[in-house]
Amino acid sequence: MPVLETANGAEWRLRNQREALIRWATWLVGVVIFLWCWARISDATTWFFVWDAPRIAGDILDRATPPRWSYMDNLWLPIWDTLNIATLGTIGALILAVPVAFLAARNTTPSALFVRPIALLIIVSTRSINSLIWALLLIAIIGPGVFAGIIAIAIRSIGFCAKLLYEAIEEIDQTQVEAITATGASRWQVMVYGIVPQIMPAFAGISVFRWDINIRESTVLGLVGAGGIGLQLQASLNTLAWPQVSLILLVILAAVVLSEWVSAKVRGAII
Amino acid sequence: MSAAAPALGDMLGTRWRRPPMIQRVWLRYALLVGLAAYLVAAIASVEVDWGRVYQGLDRGAAFVMAFAQPDFVSRADAIWAGMVESIVITVASSVVGILISIPIALGAARNIAPVPVYMICRGIIAVSRALQEIIVAILLVAIFGFGPLAGFLTLSFATIGFLSKLLAEDIESMDRSQAEAVRATGARWSQWIDYGVKPQVIPRLIGLSMYRIDINFRESAILGLVGAGGIGATLNTAFDRYEYDTAAAILIIIIGIVMALEYLSGVIRARVQ
Repeated sequence: MPVLETANGAEWRLRNQREALIRWATWLVGVVIFLWCWARISDATTWFFVWDAPRIAGDILDRATPPRWSYMDNLWLPIWDTLNIATLGTIGALILAVPVAFLAARNTTPSALFVRPIALLIIVSTRSINSLIWALLLIAIIGPGVFAGIIAIAIRSIGFCAKLLYEAIEEIDQTQVEAITATGASRWQVMVYGIVPQIMPAFAGISVFRWDINIRESTVLGLVGAGGIGLQLQASLNTLAWPQVSLILLVILAAVVLSEWVSAKVRGAII
Repeated sequence: MSAAAPALGDMLGTRWRRPPMIQRVWLRYALLVGLAAYLVAAIASVEVDWGRVYQGLDRGAAFVMAFAQPDFVSRADAIWAGMVESIVITVASSVVGILISIPIALGAARNIAPVPVYMICRGIIAVSRALQEIIVAILLVAIFGFGPLAGFLTLSFATIGFLSKLLAEDIESMDRSQAEAVRATGARWSQWIDYGVKPQVIPRLIGLSMYRIDINFRESAILGLVGAGGIGATLNTAFDRYEYDTAAAILIIIIGIVMALEYLSGVIRARVQ
């Protein structure tokens, strides 16, 4: 135990001198990196605008209230589109994610050496790119609209769903699989009767969880032109129609809270 | 399972069928019919211009080919500047976000904080979680002007909601006896937190922080789309100019950094736990 010899006898210390020095140096490096980052941000900032920010924020708030409730008539169709983007996108993602998950799970992959790394690469690359970037890309390829949004959400969700699903597959109870195999079942029968029933609750939970996230994401996809309520938001922002912006933000907030509530309820019912 | 399970004698000689997922018959069919009706309505309302999609396939193929030969060179300056800015935003916002979220997490843990503090902190968390990054970024760009400051503030704000909530849940599920033992020695409140609570939640805090740094980096890649700094602006320009090879290069760098961060966080989490 590290102790420090003082005039009044030994005093207990948490760390010895070497450990304390290393810790101190690490913290110093961390602080220096942070300060450097902050200096860069500060250099790139026009501080005059920042000092003016409270006045501008007040001004925007002043213009944005009260929300223009009559604009609600123009929002029902975009809300329906947003719901469709999230739901159809989630369904598409699940259809694509299930085979990827089975290829990525250690206990079901046909080849741990060749197939599994490819499946993992699909999972990582679809997961690390935001749905807005996928939407940008798809708009350049297939043109703006709801369809691009659906595909963007679907691609983005593959990685998330497949990752959680393959973890669930790896955690299944092997004895049940063995029991089915012992009856002389074929590979597919083992899959259907031994593995699928065990991952069904996880699968349902993941679908609803991702659907909730996708509702969130599809509300902003319109900012880049991929359909949904984000299109109206972008149009209102461009024309500086702040009362419409505040109404749309309220609608988005309501949608997010509602979808989270639905997803929590459904997941509570499943588990 | 259910009390209505038929006796073994009745089941002998009949073919076994898999039990359905949803036991109530009417609910099962109502859900199926509802789902089918919704899908028909939804798919019918999606307008797809197949001619346009068909035209786009060439460009899609061009983009996939671009991944085979990404162009890191011709826009190297813009990519470098954007990447550095993204990383700077990630580091600064993660540090500030984590520092602010620790006291809020303490306040949002029911077993530590008094009710008024608890309500305030839970309110902050709820607001931060309900607002999406990109919308916060739009508002902050409108208020603070273009540049990385808006991105930094956005991600700090988003970090608070994420980290405080998960950390507070961890504090709430900690082992009470350890904390009580420290309190029984006559420790002050700050000593109680430092020796009774902190050691129990530090591994989880480090794991969550690493995960959040990962998320912050990914999010910082899109902040540029609305003018809040980072690589997003470069990426957007590359798409607008149909420079798929440059876009592919940027996406490859993003994927590479995310993979490196995930690997790093795996190593760190394995060490602290």
